[in-house]
Amino acid sequence: MSTRITFAATLAALAFAATASAQDFAITNATVAVGDGSEPIENATVVVRDGKVAAAGNGVSVPAGMPAMDGTGSWVTPGLVATVTTLGLWDVGAVSESNDSRAGDANFGAALDVAPAINPASQHIAISRAGGITRSAVMSGPSEFIFGGQGAIIDTGADPQPITRPRAFQTVTLGESGARIAGGSRTATHVELRNALDEARAHAAGRWAGDEAQLTRADAEALGPVVSGKQKLFVEAERASDIRAVIGLKREFPRLDLVLVGASEGWLVADAIAAAGIPVIANGLVDLPERFEQLASTQSNIGRMRRAGVKVAINAAAMEQPRYLPQFAGNLVSLQRVPRAAGLSWGEALAAITSVPAEIAGLGERHGVLKPGAVGDVVVWDGDPLEVSSTPVRVYIDGIEQPLTNHQTRLRERYRDLDESDLPKAYDW
Amino acid sequence: MRYRAFAAIGGAIALAACSTSDSGQSVASTSSAQETGQDAARDDFVPFASTYKRYPGTPTALVGATVYDGAGGRIDNGTVLFADGEVVGIGGADLAIPAGYTRIDASGKYVTPGIIDIHSHLGDYPTPSVQAHSDGNEATSPTTPEVWAEHSVWPQDPGFSRALANGGVTSLQILPGSANLMGGRSVTLKNVPSRTVQGMKFPGAPYGFKMACGENPKRVYGNRGRMPSTRMGNFAVNRQTWLDAKAYADGDRDKRDLAKETLAGVLDGEILVHNHCYRGDEMALVMDMAEEMGYRVSAFHHAVEAYKIGDLLRENEVCSAIWADWYGFKMEAYDGIPENAALIHNQGACVVIHSDSDTGIQRLNQEAAKAQAAGARMGIAISDAEVIRWITLNAAKAMGIDDMTGSLESGKMADVVLWNGDPLSVYSRPEKVWIDGALLFDSSDPKRRPVSDFELGQPGEGDVK
Repeated sequence: MSTRITFAATLAALAFAATASAQDFAITNATVAVGDGSEPIENATVVVRDGKVAAAGNGVSVPAGMPAMDGTGSWVTPGLVATVTTLGLWDVGAVSESNDSRAGDANFGAALDVAPAINPASQHIAISRAGGITRSAVMSGPSEFIFGGQGAIIDTGADPQPITRPRAFQTVTLGESGARIAGGSRTATHVELRNALDEARAHAAGRWAGDEAQLTRADAEALGPVVSGKQKLFVEAERASDIRAVIGLKREFPRLDLVLVGASEGWLVADAIAAAGIPVIANGLVDLPERFEQLASTQSNIGRMRRAGVKVAINAAAMEQPRYLPQFAGNLVSLQRVPRAAGLSWGEALAAITSVPAEIAGLGERHGVLKPGAVGDVVVWDGDPLEVSSTPVRVYIDGIEQPLTNHQTRLRERYRDLDESDLPKAYDW
Repeated sequence: MRYRAFAAIGGAIALAACSTSDSGQSVASTSSAQETGQDAARDDFVPFASTYKRYPGTPTALVGATVYDGAGGRIDNGTVLFADGEVVGIGGADLAIPAGYTRIDASGKYVTPGIIDIHSHLGDYPTPSVQAHSDGNEATSPTTPEVWAEHSVWPQDPGFSRALANGGVTSLQILPGSANLMGGRSVTLKNVPSRTVQGMKFPGAPYGFKMACGENPKRVYGNRGRMPSTRMGNFAVNRQTWLDAKAYADGDRDKRDLAKETLAGVLDGEILVHNHCYRGDEMALVMDMAEEMGYRVSAFHHAVEAYKIGDLLRENEVCSAIWADWYGFKMEAYDGIPENAALIHNQGACVVIHSDSDTGIQRLNQEAAKAQAAGARMGIAISDAEVIRWITLNAAKAMGIDDMTGSLESGKMADVVLWNGDPLSVYSRPEKVWIDGALLFDSSDPKRRPVSDFELGQPGEGDVK
């Protein structure tokens, strides 16, 4: 045990020195899943050099002198991309002073920015990292205003610099929750939304209404990149009619770069979503009418939207913990064998937790895939990564191997046995 | 938290069912119970008696499957026979199939007993999850032994059907929430749709009694400036309530008292205690309190720290009903680890995997598999057949129905799931589910799935869900 801890501590120390450079390495004889929707490749090789993927697939040779790990029996995937989460914003959900996931009493909405609030030493980041998640779109939850503020893309590395891209997207909630915030009705939500976009447009054009404006100046300024289409707008909507309203918004404000979040009834309007070219971060396994706006929810929602040509990622917020992403993806694969259900192929399911969320979050083709030039976020698994019995054995971020220890693994080792014949458990560390 | 925008963020999801909003203002419906009157009670009258009757079934032989019997046994290329609502035989390929049996080729498939969820709030926190449906916590007093969960169960909760079709759940215990130290009686149901809750009640199942440790009761009542506001307050209120109950139980019990009747039932050993409790140190205190007062705890629920006291749980013969890996959503859940089940098992104590969730109940098999794998990675190997026991016979045992269901043994209820693959794999789903020998879900028959009144005429009616 002490060896393992020393090893982990060394890695952590290296990472925290922020001078740790990526190691060049290769993994051979593994089952490699590229993450782009294609099916896994057996007996394949992955080469990572200078913190980036250099090559992945069959017929890839390991450059002379590069350390190579025999991956026989292992699987290799890109690091998982968790959209959307609150990783790094809280320690204990119900301990409010430790929880920055929403700003219920703030005077600002759209201007809120999660980037400076992210704690890279959060246990939930460490636990997610051990679950194979290497990047995440972190959001601030709408609370006093329908706009939640500006989310960031982070990496989950054990180093002090978590931010991949600050202010990557804005969030807004419509539907039942948006209506409660805006004044008790969807009618109020639509006025608040349009007014905000109009004021932001005016502010950007130098026509700020000052005291007559509903928004604070900071909020109007923050929405500037949204109305100009430079910053994505993540819109939570569940009911088919609310989704149609979002599609209508796109016609009204054509520059908006919209992403649907939730979309429990998306399958009812899948063709329209596809035609509008709006990607979806969808609730994966919601199949109950938790709210009236989710009456038609079904686990086949994602599969049906995919068939209609919609770009769909699995929403990490709609599960107990982000590390459930592979399990949810695996469940969508299982639906392929259920009569009348719509599931995903294995490759599509992996893509829904790697390349697709990376693309939707605006990371382009450099994340969530094992392709030449992509970031060196690589996970080695002890089996099929979508199977509930599998787990990561090595995780690399930007080519740097990461520690997989955390509060949970330390508790596990302490309580491996209950022997206190020499000293209390408190001395076992 | 007023709103549920981007619903599950911030780790607060698990607070829903088993915690409380302070707004649970429902009024206990006890008038019917009182109307039963003393004389009726003396004549062994059973209030709200089960009216469940099994539905017709055909004698069935499942042939060629991998069979997990729920009691830790595994038969490859096995045969399971059931007829007239009961398991008739279980064996290998050589087991003779009597005449008149419908033979189902189950080769390449798996058979288990019906899955049992020991901790559910289906019906008392049904969907849609609107305030008008929030019937799980009688959060008006820290001790409400007089309330019965069955009076809150809405049989039209669509969640029952998902638990059946996606989770293979055939029996489940509906518990009051955990706002109160003593939350009231639970009810055990057959997962068979009915117009009335009496039509779902598991015939012959003992009542359970819900208790809760820790943060929830002291928060709910402390916030109102009343006792308990601390953990020591929790114990003081509990102990005094038990002392008063003992005085009642030791007396002539002449005057009917709904609260005391339930507590006396616990002291008599007829009602089983299900105690929501996260921390190991608190569970140890509860076991001492139980010894002091003369009752026993059947299971600790949500016992995320059970792995710290596996020896005590073994010695006291208390089961731990747990999630595979939930943690961190509240302070007392901070030390939850995925190896919990394996470590408890390794100490020789009883493991039950539970859901406390209308979605988790659809995947108890996967949660058990995750817990098994976490153990295997730390060198604790637990067989597949033993792991299936965590969601079948062990749950039945802690609920007091293990002589009737929970395993595939001749004479037991024919609660049976045919899976389209290994139930411990993420890629498998129930193909057919029988309850008391009646086929109530068949994935290949669009009409052989329940659709609640609520869903009729709504978008998605009768969908695969």
